[in-house]
Amino acid sequence: MIKFENVGLRYGMGPEVLRDLTFEIAPSSFQFLTGPSGAGKTSLIRLLFMSLKPTRGLISVFGRDTARVGRSDLPSLRRRIGVVFQDFRLLDHLTTYENVALPLRVLGKSEAGYRADVVDLLQWVGLGERMHVLPPVLSGGEKQRAAIARALITKPEILLADEPTGNVDPPLARRLLRLFIELNRLGTSVLIATHDLALMDQVDARRIVLADGRIEIYE
Amino acid sequence: MTADDRLEPPPLDPPPSFGPRRMRASLSSSLGRPTAARDLDGAGRREPTIAPSAPEVTVSVAAPASPEPAPEVLPRDAPAVNAAASGGAPSGGHRPAAARPSAARAGGRAPKPKGPARPPPGKTIVPPQAVAGRALVSVVAIMCFLAALAVGVLTLVVAAAQDWQLDVSREATIQVKPIDGQAIEPRLAKALDIARATRGVRSARLVDERESAALLEPWLGRGLDLSSLPIPRLVVVDLADPATADLTGLRLRIAAEVAGAAVDDHAVWAARLRTMAGAMVVVGVGVVGLMLAAMVLSVVFATRAAMAGNREVIEVLHFVGAEDRFIARQFQRHFLLLGLRGGAIGGSAAAAAFLIADFATRSGRADGLADQAQALFGGFSVGLAGYAAVIGLVAVVAALTAITSRATVLGHLGRLD
Repeated sequence: MIKFENVGLRYGMGPEVLRDLTFEIAPSSFQFLTGPSGAGKTSLIRLLFMSLKPTRGLISVFGRDTARVGRSDLPSLRRRIGVVFQDFRLLDHLTTYENVALPLRVLGKSEAGYRADVVDLLQWVGLGERMHVLPPVLSGGEKQRAAIARALITKPEILLADEPTGNVDPPLARRLLRLFIELNRLGTSVLIATHDLALMDQVDARRIVLADGRIEIYE
Repeated sequence: MTADDRLEPPPLDPPPSFGPRRMRASLSSSLGRPTAARDLDGAGRREPTIAPSAPEVTVSVAAPASPEPAPEVLPRDAPAVNAAASGGAPSGGHRPAAARPSAARAGGRAPKPKGPARPPPGKTIVPPQAVAGRALVSVVAIMCFLAALAVGVLTLVVAAAQDWQLDVSREATIQVKPIDGQAIEPRLAKALDIARATRGVRSARLVDERESAALLEPWLGRGLDLSSLPIPRLVVVDLADPATADLTGLRLRIAAEVAGAAVDDHAVWAARLRTMAGAMVVVGVGVVGLMLAAMVLSVVFATRAAMAGNREVIEVLHFVGAEDRFIARQFQRHFLLLGLRGGAIGGSAAAAAFLIADFATRSGRADGLADQAQALFGGFSVGLAGYAAVIGLVAVVAALTAITSRATVLGHLGRLD
């Protein structure tokens, strides 16, 4: 699904922040990406959804070499990837409903066609009563759930979540983890970037440990 | 914690379909499962279910709805799930939205969930307040006003020049010079006869001595005695249709039969008027073009500022798979409206200025300048063509604003990678 071969990344003329990364995210797989703060987890996630280009190496996404993917082809690939950002990236002038429906608007779908799905998903993540509220009014956990709902609404083949439990308390973190596991059971590959060891201990899953720009994988 | 206490690793067989409704049913059947006892705290505490306990449900039912629910609160429909589960529902999972009220009634404990309210119409993805609206509308309005004035004056001048050309070309003049030893009156009579007999001539008349004196008065003063001066006399020939009038025949006959006479068809004047009108059109188009160019540059700067202010919106749109054209459309919509608003304001102001000028020149309240304008243009009315040109200009301004913003956004996005 996504394959890295000897990938390196540096910002400008600085040192390499990611070095010799070689790994693969298989279809319907579940893995954690972990490492100390500043290890490069967010940079790796940005490489995964083609927000950054590697300075060396090969990244293949859905069988396509990202170095050869033209700008016009990027949207169609990104639509197959759901991303949950550490800082949520909700648009403050749109309601929760509109934020979650945004990927469907981008796809050109009519509001009548997706309204029921968005409402259902919002109710499922516990935001049924908050769907017409603007993000600044939402709590951290609610924002997190809205961001997750936005990432899921288009049924992505892979979900990348950057510290999805970083802003919530342990009970909600467990619920979000359950949600990711169930999504994985439904066929979505999941990669969760976290440095919460307690969270990772709850699931026997592959761990990609990032330290000093290199990775070690524990299957 | 032992391996058995952990959450089960996920299986790898995806279901045949995957949509929010199906996903919700599938996920909720697992999340609402009340029997799975797991060590989720990592401290050996057994948690009977990840759903909230019954007392929590009771509290949440009894308490008024909090405007800011705590993050750890389950989905709002969770109480119905638990109620259904405790009531013996086989799956213990979430029900479809339509089924939940009946389930709640059966359980007798769950609150009646509100039906999914119809969301309000979708707002624009780029917030309108993020675009420097007022300043840009003012710039567009001013530019459109000045350009509309230029267009109006241009149509006025072009129409006047056409009238002048028509007047000049509808007339020809036979000039009879005094010749020593030959009386001028018989030659004038002969020229009049020839002119009246020529095809395409409506009428011909002699400019008498008083009219000739009036024509020369600005140069030679009043009380002039033309008989003492060798002043040529004129015959004014009014043509019915300049295209079909036999001016060549008239010229040949006058030259052959009237001594010292020549025909002037005003071709030189007509050519000069055409040249002047053409020059005015070039100047006017240039002025309008420069104004539109200045407006386009303003729109480019405003679009760049709007993009800089909406960087996060653009990033999010990219992440959710928006194409550049979609993003450009979001900005283009705003700028089209701004262009229409500014253009309408500027165009309306220009139209009002034309109406006021027209009224002032017609009502006799005009000063000397207006008198000159009336003498030149025959009234300061731009006519329907002028107003139509102003409306067209407003449309052009709006379209130009939208196209410019679209091109700016696409160019900027293209340079991002």
